[in-house]
Amino acid sequence: MSLPTALPRTAMQRRWTHYASPSTFYALAGRMLPWCWAIAAAAAAAGLVVGLLVAPTDAQQGDAYRIIFVHVPAAWMSMIIYLAMAFWAAVGLVFNTRLSSMMARALAPTGALMTLLALWTGALWGKPTWGTWWVWDARLTSELLLLFLYLGFMALQAAHDDPRVGDRLGAVLAIVGAVNVPVIYFSVRWWNTLHQGASVSLTQAPSMARVMLAGMLLMAVAFWAWSIGAALHRLRTIVLVRERGADWVAALPELRRP
Amino acid sequence: MNWSSLEEFAAMGGYALYVWGSLGMCAAALGWEAVMLALQRRRAIDELREDARAPEDRP
Repeated sequence: MSLPTALPRTAMQRRWTHYASPSTFYALAGRMLPWCWAIAAAAAAAGLVVGLLVAPTDAQQGDAYRIIFVHVPAAWMSMIIYLAMAFWAAVGLVFNTRLSSMMARALAPTGALMTLLALWTGALWGKPTWGTWWVWDARLTSELLLLFLYLGFMALQAAHDDPRVGDRLGAVLAIVGAVNVPVIYFSVRWWNTLHQGASVSLTQAPSMARVMLAGMLLMAVAFWAWSIGAALHRLRTIVLVRERGADWVAALPELRRP
Repeated sequence: MNWSSLEEFAAMGGYALYVWGSLGMCAAALGWEAVMLALQRRRAIDELREDARAPEDRP
């Protein structure tokens, strides 16, 4: 007797692994890109209107507080992208899936940029409120370490001609460095820092006015959408280069001679 | 709306350097990233097209 259960199982397996193939994912990412850019643009426009025009001046910090509308989203993305990068690098290392490792590579430059922006806007916020551009406290130091982890990951990838060797070495660095992310996040609680505590957390009511929070969340959506779009765009380029020679790449309309 | 004039908006309550320095850097960095993304894709496609050319086509 034949087993009818065999068919649904293979169908499900196919669905699971369908988008893990570089060719399918290349096409899917291409369809997702316009949505990422549109959401990023719309959320940024709305967030800037709310944050710069609607939200009132802060009683304590004056208008300097408006840096929060880019500082917090950039800092969030710097940590989230690192965790995503370490996750995909680990998946690539354990399951030997090429696309996962490519995803880790695609995330790194955007993560490094977000870290740089968090540090830059933090310095510009620190000067008028603390009286100094920089202080070696736990929050700032661990965020700086995050930047070096991103740069180390990218340098390691660039240093190896065999991309799979770079993938594996980068994965080890990314996984070990992931310890730093909770350190950044909880640093303001674990140590006495000059940096203020979280304005928004999962367990407590936000310590900021509704309209300010709305502006910040809109900007966070914009930074999320930008980061996803940038990573997908970079991933498509990486896939093209690394899968060169594959029939599906040669058949792409964008590769036809003009 | 908090601002009564464009000058007041630009001055940001005396924190213009810090607020616009932050927003400007974000715009510049993300703009630069967008340019780099487009350039890298362009370069990759050009390279692959060059590879795809049969040897007898080459000048």
